Amino acid sequence: MAAKQRKTTTVEKKLIGVADVVITAAERSKDPTLEIPIRALSNVSFNARKGLIEMGSKKQARSFFNVGMAKKFMQTVLVADALSELQRAELTTSLREIYYRTKHTIQDSHENTFDTQDESDPVIEDLEVSLSALREELHVRAENSGSIVGPVVFGDDGDRVDCARLGKGGYSVPSIVEPEYLEIRRCTADFVLLVEKGTQWNRLSEDKFWRRYNCVLLTGNGQPPRGVRRLARRLHEEHRLPVYVLVDNDPWGYYIYSVIKQGSINLAFESQRMAIPKAKFIGLSSADPERYELPRNVGIKLNDKDIARAKELMNYEWFKKPAWQAEIKRMLTSGLKYELDALANKDFQYLTKKYLPRKLKEKDWLD
Amino acid sequence: MTKKHSTPPSTAASTTAKPLSESPAQKKAAKPEQQVTAVEMGARQREISVSEFFTKNRHLLGFDNPRKALLTCVKEAVDNALDACEEAGILPDVTVRLEIAATNGAPPPASQATRFRITVTDNGPGIVRQQIPRIFAKLLYGSKFHRMRMSRGQQGIGISAAGMYGQLTTGKPVTIISRTGPRAAAHFFEVQIDTKKNEPLVHENKQIEWEQPQGTQVAIEVEGKYQKGRASVDEWLEQTSIANPHVKLTYRTPEGETKEYPRTYHELPPSPREIKPHPYGIEFGMFLKMLQDTKSHSVSGLLASDFCRVSPQLADEICKAAKVSPHTKPRELKGTAAETLYRTIQDTKIMAPPTNCLSPIGEKAILSGLYKQIKGEFYTAVSRPPAVYRGNPFVIEAGLAYGSAPQDQNKPRQPAMPKAEGERDEEDSELARVIRYANRVPLLYQQSACSTFKAVLSTTWKNYGVTQSRGALPGGPMVIFVHMASVWVPFTSESKEAIADYDEIQKEITLALRECGRRLGLFLRRRERAASEYRRRNIFELYIEEVVEACNRLKGGTLPKEKLKAQLQKIATSRTGGLKTDEALGKTGAGPEGLPHSIIVTAEGVEGEVDLAARVQADAATAPVEPNPPGDTAPIAKETKGQGRKATSAKANGAKPPKRKAVQMPLFSGPDRPAKSDKRDKRDKQDKPNKPVPPSKPRGKK
Repeated sequence: MAAKQRKTTTVEKKLIGVADVVITAAERSKDPTLEIPIRALSNVSFNARKGLIEMGSKKQARSFFNVGMAKKFMQTVLVADALSELQRAELTTSLREIYYRTKHTIQDSHENTFDTQDESDPVIEDLEVSLSALREELHVRAENSGSIVGPVVFGDDGDRVDCARLGKGGYSVPSIVEPEYLEIRRCTADFVLLVEKGTQWNRLSEDKFWRRYNCVLLTGNGQPPRGVRRLARRLHEEHRLPVYVLVDNDPWGYYIYSVIKQGSINLAFESQRMAIPKAKFIGLSSADPERYELPRNVGIKLNDKDIARAKELMNYEWFKKPAWQAEIKRMLTSGLKYELDALANKDFQYLTKKYLPRKLKEKDWLD
Repeated sequence: MTKKHSTPPSTAASTTAKPLSESPAQKKAAKPEQQVTAVEMGARQREISVSEFFTKNRHLLGFDNPRKALLTCVKEAVDNALDACEEAGILPDVTVRLEIAATNGAPPPASQATRFRITVTDNGPGIVRQQIPRIFAKLLYGSKFHRMRMSRGQQGIGISAAGMYGQLTTGKPVTIISRTGPRAAAHFFEVQIDTKKNEPLVHENKQIEWEQPQGTQVAIEVEGKYQKGRASVDEWLEQTSIANPHVKLTYRTPEGETKEYPRTYHELPPSPREIKPHPYGIEFGMFLKMLQDTKSHSVSGLLASDFCRVSPQLADEICKAAKVSPHTKPRELKGTAAETLYRTIQDTKIMAPPTNCLSPIGEKAILSGLYKQIKGEFYTAVSRPPAVYRGNPFVIEAGLAYGSAPQDQNKPRQPAMPKAEGERDEEDSELARVIRYANRVPLLYQQSACSTFKAVLSTTWKNYGVTQSRGALPGGPMVIFVHMASVWVPFTSESKEAIADYDEIQKEITLALRECGRRLGLFLRRRERAASEYRRRNIFELYIEEVVEACNRLKGGTLPKEKLKAQLQKIATSRTGGLKTDEALGKTGAGPEGLPHSIIVTAEGVEGEVDLAARVQADAATAPVEPNPPGDTAPIAKETKGQGRKATSAKANGAKPPKRKAVQMPLFSGPDRPAKSDKRDKRDKQDKPNKPVPPSKPRGKK
């Protein structure tokens, strides 16, 4: 990244636009104001045709000369500055580093520009949305918290990564998996299995489930990060692989599935790129305990939060399909949730040897 | 222990003969050896002297542990000194000296010492020679028990109990020096108490030379423990000085330090008057006793003359209603007739007792006391109109000091350290302090049992902008002052530590606290408003710099920074409305509105009762200049010289005193016309500071 002549990228131009807002407003003696799309349920809509959550057009004004917003405004400008610095230096960084980079004590006071990372993270998201730039384009990466194993070969920084030869640990999915950073050289798998929990992914990987059923095993350790979701989408899009989602049987599992399928409310603007509308929910379904004869004693009683969340889900547009309403209702009536791990009650390898094979054979999944 | 044996048989003894013949036969079978006859028992039964009783039950009087005992001794001696001075119309000047009494060898440090010599000297009227032994060495001897008049002491136990405690723990007698006037001789006494007879034993009695022209000095040597902090002698004296700003208090600590509590209020509280009991406050047994003891020849006469607020007509009405002839001789009224009369009295509507028997501290005096002793930003004081519980009139006064002094506020701000994540400004989690008084005496123990404390807890301070957790004291740097003045303060125990929880008292305290709270809320809101305006303006000024810098970097360092900054600053000022902000910030010089009897201290100066505050400051400033004890006597001499023995009567004589009275009267005539009295007060105050030594001169008439 020597001192070569480089063109300002579009993203950088957008970031400089923030400064221009301030300058033009100041010249006209107007209050500098940034328009930031609202990232909340009130400003998303479900596009049933595309099967995506889309962001609405509602915006909130963030102006400088407003006591409640002044600090936020100042923070936004600071973050924009830091992000443009990244662009110029052609570096990628983490959310936390952005926080540290922009944190300092304001002159002649003992007030910090940022007190915690909780203040800087939403500002970055605000900029993503208002500049309609992707986080990757802003050179901000999340932590690598996903793994992949299976018959797929990547090119990463010129290295050839064959995910079929990486033992049971697999390849750690980087947070930026855009084609210019990660190239999919070859993929012979038949489908993608996205597992919520790392523990169950380990089980499948150890049992070489992927070899037997010729699939790619992906996990995001809980709510999958962007890298994992984007990679699944690319495999789905570029290699026409169907995606199956295996999560716990609880409201949070359902939501993880819905995020993979339709996108999240908070980052609705990225649904276009991330969502996999054709993803299927393979389990654990609330019908499974009965079908697979799981004893009642391996269930966990739903707590108040679970129940509230489940009811909330039922009201989401994208859970309105009758099959889904029945699924959630069934869970609420039973009053129990089940973890994937509970399958071990029958046998350590029950998931690999019985549960998934039967599911795949019976094509027992929800859309 | 003795009680156990003596009480049960006492009934047997009174019915003499019978048990004699029966009991031996009965008890023989069970316990032949321990058999005791009623006669033998009777031989053991004897009178218990009060002093013996209290020797064994000294905790009842506040001598439970060495630390508390030391405080109780100081308290009793100071209370007596103040009561005497005030009754004689002398502005009290009291010196308290605590010395470590050497047992043998070098005296130990104050915190380790176990023996102390307490010396309390006052400039009061002195005590006549004959009375000295009995006042200091006979329990339940005194002038205050039999009258209905507000005073610190009530029972006549205090000082002699302190002496007795000293005698018990160190074996040393109480030494007293007293002189009734410059021309009288000073008498020196050493007395002890004969605990069996509750009579004084005089060890030493002589005339001596004494540098003080008038007054009394008591010295007691006791076993005690000196420890600073909560419920210490130091705290007690400090609080005494708050509630008694008319007292000049000098305190020499055992560590050899001299603390001066200057006089900041140069008027004696108006002397309380004695009243007759109110019919509502009398119990039936007491009423029967009055029927026997009265000098009146008829029942109606008794009612009219021995009670307050009962006129002859009303007395006749009561008799009629009770179906008792008004001319019946009181001694002949017995049994049910007496009871009916008593009931009838209780059912009759009788005017509340007069309240001139009370001497509240007064709002100004509380204010000056608080301002003198406590550093804060806001002070206020409220005196409630008199009220009555069980036939006893009382007045509740409350005060409040809030905040840290402006100079203290600035100190910790100096090092503007950049804060790390998770680090925050240290929040003041301290809770308010309640200081409680009964008849001007601080109460230090048993706070949670006290009616005042309960009233503080039950007040919703949140309404006044102060934090308060459920069932706890309000939070914040705050001192809450509550005073109850009454002819009879209902203490929960003999050691006078907590005020009993009467509904009427609780209600008055709550009302007073609410008024204080309301004023505090007003002040806090005003300050908050100013602060938020200030912040508004500040925020933009702070952030403009940041935003300009960031924009400049975004534009690759090519921005005309100063221009952008100036433009933004211009918008900022136009947005935060220049003049209006100044007003809200109090820069236009408008004083506190709707805050009577309050002082506000800001970095710029003092608002509210400015004159009062200035006075206190002046007094406080002169205090250290005054020479210490040896030379100290000189000004006292000057003060007291003109004062005759019966200075009490001076009240009615001189030309000045009546006017002086007018100053204080409105303060407890109720809040009906506060504005008017206020103005008069202020005017009076304004010309006062010009006079050099205003207080004592006009008083001394002779």
